Amino acid sequence: MNSPQVSDHPLIRVEDLCKIYSLESGNKQGGGTVNSQVLYDVNLAIHRGEFVAVMGHSGSGKSTLMNILGCLDTPTSGHYWLDGRDIASLSDDELAQVRNRNIGFVFQGFNLLKRMTALDNVATPLLYAGVSRAASRKRALELLKQTGLGKFAAYQPNQLSGGQQQRVAISRALVNNPQLILADEPTGNLDTQTSREIMAVFQQLNQEQGITIVLVTHEDDIAAFTRRLVRLQDGRVVHDGRVPA
Amino acid sequence: MSLLIIIGEALRALRLNRLRTGLTMLGMIIGVAAVVLMLAVGQGAQTTVNQAITSMGSNLFFIVPGATSSGALRSGAGAVQTLTMGDAQAIAHLPSIKATAPIITGTAQLNYGANNWSTSVTGVTPDYFAVRDWPVESGALFTEADLRSSARIVILGQITASNLFGEEDPVGKTVRIKSSPFLVAGILAPKGQSLDGRDQDDAVFIPLTTGQRQIFGNQFPGTIRFMMAQAQSAEVMDEAETEMNRLLRQRHRITEGMENDFTVRNLAALAAVATGAAKVMSLMLGAIASVSLLVGGIGIMNIMLVSVTERTREIGIRMAIGANRRAILTQFLLEALVICILGGLVGVVLGIGGAWAVSQAADMVVVITFGMVALAFAFASAVGIFFGFYPARKAAALKPVEALRYE
Ligand SMILES: Nc1ncnc2c1ncn2[C@@H]1O[C@H](COP(=O)(O)OP(=O)(O)O)[C@@H](O)[C@H]1O
Ligand SMILES: [Mg+2]
Repeated sequence: MNSPQVSDHPLIRVEDLCKIYSLESGNKQGGGTVNSQVLYDVNLAIHRGEFVAVMGHSGSGKSTLMNILGCLDTPTSGHYWLDGRDIASLSDDELAQVRNRNIGFVFQGFNLLKRMTALDNVATPLLYAGVSRAASRKRALELLKQTGLGKFAAYQPNQLSGGQQQRVAISRALVNNPQLILADEPTGNLDTQTSREIMAVFQQLNQEQGITIVLVTHEDDIAAFTRRLVRLQDGRVVHDGRVPA
Repeated sequence: MSLLIIIGEALRALRLNRLRTGLTMLGMIIGVAAVVLMLAVGQGAQTTVNQAITSMGSNLFFIVPGATSSGALRSGAGAVQTLTMGDAQAIAHLPSIKATAPIITGTAQLNYGANNWSTSVTGVTPDYFAVRDWPVESGALFTEADLRSSARIVILGQITASNLFGEEDPVGKTVRIKSSPFLVAGILAPKGQSLDGRDQDDAVFIPLTTGQRQIFGNQFPGTIRFMMAQAQSAEVMDEAETEMNRLLRQRHRITEGMENDFTVRNLAALAAVATGAAKVMSLMLGAIASVSLLVGGIGIMNIMLVSVTERTREIGIRMAIGANRRAILTQFLLEALVICILGGLVGVVLGIGGAWAVSQAADMVVVITFGMVALAFAFASAVGIFFGFYPARKAAALKPVEALRYE
């Protein structure tokens, strides 16, 4: 396996990242809020072309970290630079644009738009990017064909299998040519065989197109597809390095 | 994302929920239809009253027998016959008065060939037609000479003419009134409804003297039922009223402290009351209709709120793939607007149809103006934007991660 070019300038850099959730206390007398810290001083640098697995027990803060990296959520303190840009300095509109152009997010539960064809699901990010409907559909069809779903373009999500839905979601994540794919347990809802196929797709994207991929998983054999492992425990990074063989 | 594409997304969302869209639209349709219908009926009533008032003639007084000064009529108007031809002539000579029209009335059966028609027969002087500003459409009016000679001449109203003669030209023909032959001298121009809702064209007019002597067989010769008096101008109306009261009291030998045995009524005052009543009615109708439109609007807000909650996850997904707040806001606002505009259009059509049906079924005048259609439509759109904005803003204000986590 020849590794793709990895540049020195990190695509993702986070420094002392903390996340504290404030919960409304159910206690009537107190009436205040209860703070629960989920991420503690996370430091990470991920370079272009890397393929990283994030592992950890349930509740260790993996999704929280991924949502912050995906600009879906904001940290309580600390810094996050995406491709050199300080995310905290961006407006809501600029964040929407970053999610649209720079990042492709793949969810465990697929999160496709219901009652919309696979083709339209894949095309929607392009519409938000200002591309015409016809051009969006053309590009979406190309991607569906690439992921082997050309025949299913007119199907709605509930007419597709889990593996097929996840391929649609990956096509959607790719449609705007992002530098970064974030996948939160993308194989969590899939059987072993389908999981392997999906991982093969990610691996191919990383190796052939040099797309940076960060994915969360519980399973060692899924992590084995990647080349770097970040392990979280109770909101802290406890391991960052090679994937154990 | 271009506006065109957002409109497409909004339409698609509405189409996906046809039933919900339809039910929401129904609220709007009913509201707008009610507004158009009520405005049309109200405006129609005002128009009817205004036409009736203008059709009376201008600067007019009614002078009727009997007193009304202490609120209730002392003796029913018409039961006593205290007004005479002499009174009418005397009033006509007052400087502030242009002309008077003494009147006697009754109903009688008219015959022409096999046709008969029962209608009101009014005995008048030639001045009547000038005072009422009522010209003939064909033929001629009768003259002072006809009045002096008690000629058997009749002028027909439009309705009476067509009921007796159909397509035939009545002028120069002879009709029988209470079996006496009368020559038809002319046909009056159409006049329409009077203030009390009667059709003024369903009437015939004969010389007053002919009526007194030959048709009604008055037990008090020379008395009249009532009279109309026309002032020289609108400015001298008050002066005319005072002069007429003074003159009639003098002629009827009513001494200081005694009550009048006649009543002078200013038509402008009557008209103001009638116009006011019609205005109040159309305002009330409009208010009732606005309530139904408001209820329709709240229905829209309700549905939009439910829809936003139901679709929170969808909003989260859209944000995750790059929708900004404006795109979300615009989409939901457009959904509300489309419901309102389509509902408004259908409502306007239904309202116009309903107004037409009312005019046919209840024989009422309805008036539909572009203004009221535009008003109902603008109101509907405003309601839509207003009630669509709150849920739309609520949707757009969500953090992507919060929306995505929503179950
Ligand atoms: N919106 C929230 N409000 C409060 N606590 C939350 C929220 N989301 C997650 N948490 C808490 O944060 C911790 C980490 O959650 P998460 O990042 O989803 O873990 P993982 O993905 O590793 O299973 C959990 O204890 C969870 O209960
Ligand atoms: Mg998780």
